[in-house]
Amino acid sequence: MLTAEEKKEIDEAIHIVPYRQAACIEALKVVQNHRKWVSDESLKDVAAYMEMTAEELDSVATFYNMIFRKPVGRHIILVCDSISCWVMGYESLRDELTKKLGIKFGETSADNRFTMLPNPCLGTCDCAPAMMIGNDLYRNITLDQLDEILKKYE
Amino acid sequence: MEKPLTGHIREDLRPLTLKEYEKVGGYQSLKKILKGMTPQAVQAVVKESNLRGRGGAGFPTGMKWSFVPLDAPKPKYLIVNADEMEPGTFKDRLLLESAPHQLIEGMIVSAYAIQADQSFVFLRWAYKVAAHNITKAVQEAYEAGYLGKNILGSGFNLEMHLHTGVGRYMCGEETALLNSLEGKRATPRAKPPFPQVSGLFGKPTIVNNVETLSCIPHIVNNGAEWFQKLSLTNDPGTKLFGVSGKVKKPGLWELPMGVTMRELIEKYAGGMQDGLKFRGALPGGASTDFLVEEHMDVKMDYPSVAAAGSRLGTGTMIVLDDKTSVVGFVKNLIHFFAQESCGFCTPCREGLPWIEKVLNAIDLKEGRKGDIEMLEAHTKLLGPGMTFCALAPGAMEPLQSAIKYFRKDFEKYIKDQHEQKSGIRTVTA
Ligand SMILES: Cc1cc2nc3c(=O)[nH]c(=O)nc-3n(C[C@H](O)[C@H](O)[C@H](O)COP(=O)(O)O)c2cc1C
Ligand code: SF4
Ligand code: FES
Repeated sequence: MLTAEEKKEIDEAIHIVPYRQAACIEALKVVQNHRKWVSDESLKDVAAYMEMTAEELDSVATFYNMIFRKPVGRHIILVCDSISCWVMGYESLRDELTKKLGIKFGETSADNRFTMLPNPCLGTCDCAPAMMIGNDLYRNITLDQLDEILKKYE
Repeated sequence: MEKPLTGHIREDLRPLTLKEYEKVGGYQSLKKILKGMTPQAVQAVVKESNLRGRGGAGFPTGMKWSFVPLDAPKPKYLIVNADEMEPGTFKDRLLLESAPHQLIEGMIVSAYAIQADQSFVFLRWAYKVAAHNITKAVQEAYEAGYLGKNILGSGFNLEMHLHTGVGRYMCGEETALLNSLEGKRATPRAKPPFPQVSGLFGKPTIVNNVETLSCIPHIVNNGAEWFQKLSLTNDPGTKLFGVSGKVKKPGLWELPMGVTMRELIEKYAGGMQDGLKFRGALPGGASTDFLVEEHMDVKMDYPSVAAAGSRLGTGTMIVLDDKTSVVGFVKNLIHFFAQESCGFCTPCREGLPWIEKVLNAIDLKEGRKGDIEMLEAHTKLLGPGMTFCALAPGAMEPLQSAIKYFRKDFEKYIKDQHEQKSGIRTVTA
């Protein structure tokens, strides 16, 4: 069941496009915003609301990197694995995070605190290596800063 | 040195408010066109300026606009492509975060030139600061009467919406972007029909890059001749140039079109880090061919870089040094393209993962005889004209040029067949 608030936000998105289905990505975003990820149950509810089949909507949902069809932790760490960050050594950043948090790319920590994912170029290549945690961007990262950074996310 | 695009950006990068922006000449071009320029006249000055699209392909902006039927019924759309996701590219971020009003002004003027009444900022999800700053600036522009109905009493209407994407490199390809805005998978569309005639929701649509549209107010204010004089060559304007990789001072600078690669690397980026030598560079993002030492004095503009066998692309250069593995470098790029391929056409969907596997083998010193030839064949099989969009041909550019300039780096890791069968090495020094 979509909440009244979710429906209201989805309706706002529908309002600016000529037909309902065109707002389906916005609808997925709204639901993910409220629920952290899009479960099969949520997907069916959104599909019904958008007057689409669940299969149709899932073909869209699974196409995009930032719609999560599996549960994620409270904070999502996105490590840039593209070229400038590779040149500048993102791999040691990744390995250090794995060591500290006990998770590899694609995994969520047992306490559900972090999910760590690789991510294409974050558009800040002159300050490589770079990563995002939630909405925050970290750049020119050195390994000795990591404890300080991670502390901010409980 | 004149820096029309970034000259007004504060040192701490905080965007100007609308009032502050107006104090440095902001929204003058909007007032100018609404007072007495026809859409045709705005198009004419842009055409005459020879501005070329800054999104990577370098298509002349005025010509692109001229294909929009001016008398077509509304709605018509103007979209700014702010999906910046080409690895090694970090230029639009600055304009989006720190000069949102300049972009909005450029969008309004451009929408007027093609008589669009609806506009979208298609913004990459990762650009959170930009989303915040643009939302605020759009709101200010509405309040000032620069957006909405009957703008400054001229009878011209324009709505502007911010759309943040959900992450896929293909969203930057302009027809795939349109599909994404329509709530579909971001796969490209067949052309024709071109978006100028049948784009978003089947209506006439222009998609332009952030930097392209940010140039428009200045061209309208100062004229085509002024814009041409900004450049050191025949290719007009200034350009945001960036350098990343193991140089002393990676960064982003607005410079005249036509600075040389040497100046960018040595003067602006401070040269290579101590103990490292320059081996090559991708001049304009991940999908451009390598330039090497012999090209150091190539002028960075669209025709000169093309004549040197590469593309200016996005103008943000990635430097390869002599201690970084060439094969590893190319493998990283191909991994990106393979992952971001939309899967619509076979050569790209099947070819890129295969190339990645072979590069991986070579990187692990497990390459086999014939691998390099196989990679070379793929640069043709995935080349221009063989796939449905430009992603795959773009992916082949660094690969084909790496093999051309650094073949020995690949050969080094190819075992000969005898060794593969017998385990006995023959090493030729
Ligand atoms: C796979 C792919 C990704 C692209 N990504 C972008 C992008 O992020 N931003 C952009 O402006 N252009 C991008 N382009 C180029 C656009 O298709 C289009 O040419 C450009 O937005 C047109 O604007 P311009 O004429 O102002 O350069 C991409 C092209 C391809 C093939
Ligand atoms: S070339 Fe690749 S990205 Fe482009 S349409 Fe084909 S599969 Fe999709
Ligand atoms: S390559 Fe990592 S931010 Fe661009």
